[in-house]
Amino acid sequence: MKLENLRKRSAMLRALREFFYAHEFFEAETLVRIPAPAPEEYIEAVSAENGFLRTSPELALKRLLAEGGERFFEIGSAFRSGEHGRKHREEFTILEYYAAHWDYRKLANFTAELFAAAARAVRGSEKTVFRGRELDLSRAEFVTVDEAYRKYAQVSAFDADARGDFDELMVTKVEPELGKSGITFLIDYPAARASLSRLSAADPRVAERWEVYIAGIELGNAFGELVDAAEQKRRFAAAYEFRAAQGMKPYPEPKDFYAALERGIPEASGCAVGVDRLAMILCDADDIGMVRWE
Amino acid sequence: MYSASDLKKGLKIEIDGAPWIITEFEFCKPGKGTALYRCRMKNMITGIGMEKTYRPTDKIDTPDIEEREMYYSYKDGNHYVFSDPNTYEEMQVSAETLGDQAYFLLEESLCNFVLYKGEPIEITLPTFIEKEIVETEPGVRGDTATNVTKPAKLDNGFEIQVPLFINQGDIVKIDTRTGKYAERVNKA
Repeated sequence: MKLENLRKRSAMLRALREFFYAHEFFEAETLVRIPAPAPEEYIEAVSAENGFLRTSPELALKRLLAEGGERFFEIGSAFRSGEHGRKHREEFTILEYYAAHWDYRKLANFTAELFAAAARAVRGSEKTVFRGRELDLSRAEFVTVDEAYRKYAQVSAFDADARGDFDELMVTKVEPELGKSGITFLIDYPAARASLSRLSAADPRVAERWEVYIAGIELGNAFGELVDAAEQKRRFAAAYEFRAAQGMKPYPEPKDFYAALERGIPEASGCAVGVDRLAMILCDADDIGMVRWE
Repeated sequence: MYSASDLKKGLKIEIDGAPWIITEFEFCKPGKGTALYRCRMKNMITGIGMEKTYRPTDKIDTPDIEEREMYYSYKDGNHYVFSDPNTYEEMQVSAETLGDQAYFLLEESLCNFVLYKGEPIEITLPTFIEKEIVETEPGVRGDTATNVTKPAKLDNGFEIQVPLFINQGDIVKIDTRTGKYAERVNKA
């Protein structure tokens, strides 16, 4: 059973790579041990000798955008301290991809096609069954975060964020309703949850950020990338302050990344996908442990 | 006190002065958000279920729960008296707490007690006990099918369903978890 899943996972990885090559993305490899992780409010890096294990390759790949890389991806290990559950491991496999001059919606459509290609390779069709639920991964829908909160949690996403139960409602009310029969892109997060995405020019109350779901499982997070150096530094400063107040590990500042921002990162969109979770969906497995050799 | 990161399936916790046992547990972390510990739990006294989600900074009370073995000694009016096998300390348990399990108590049966603040809230009997059938319709010889049943009375008046081949005077094994017939031990 497990060996069978590992073979399916291999077919999936091959399909993902082939899809990227066919769309003129090259495969990048960046350092797993890094001097300075991006300061995230709720992600803690694993310490390593002379640095940290990366929580994602995000900052390294954004430097590659500044270097003139147009389209590229990376598949590799990432580490997040203390995360363990059915859908979490401290060590997991991450896929990140970036495309200069693509907007975040174009990247979403590309991602839907990427997942469909992976499904065809593993299941022979975009139609698959996960935990008894029939899915058609050739179907993708978009729903804004605010629409989803109003519909499933009976509150606006902005109010939920302001009153402090955004995450609880996400997990208990919203996520279970997403990707019920295919792929759902949950788009346009409240600006307060922009993370490293830029605010929408059309509606500055929201950020150009989406997360993608299949069968209630979050598979990836994407940004219309924030490339404004001053704004980026301001957000990192706020994150460092939050982390210090929470007693989280102090990180050095990512000087190389700041230098790249100042040189100029082109407008771009980027996405990070949990490879193990995509394998769970395509292998019809309900725990990451079923699709990884641990 | 427990931290949220201690939570797991099977852990017993206290909420508003009542003991709860976690029956389902999931670590969650919505994109870029805080870790959340989702629990489904059951009230250990009333059996009522509920869902509760904890944050990493939450602290959870530990209940005053003790597990010990006691053996059944004798019935005293509306109470059943159990004794500690080491100290011989006695404990009275009401018929209400035991429910139908009272019919399956045998003298000297070693039972597992879960005590909350010193009071028994859950008593687990030995899984199988043997009892004599004192009253049932005559058996049908040769009919060994167990899916057709008839009522039969135990010496304490409790009625169970048994296969047709069981006779008055037979000794049968009963599963105390379900109160159901398991197999015949001795023919009368």
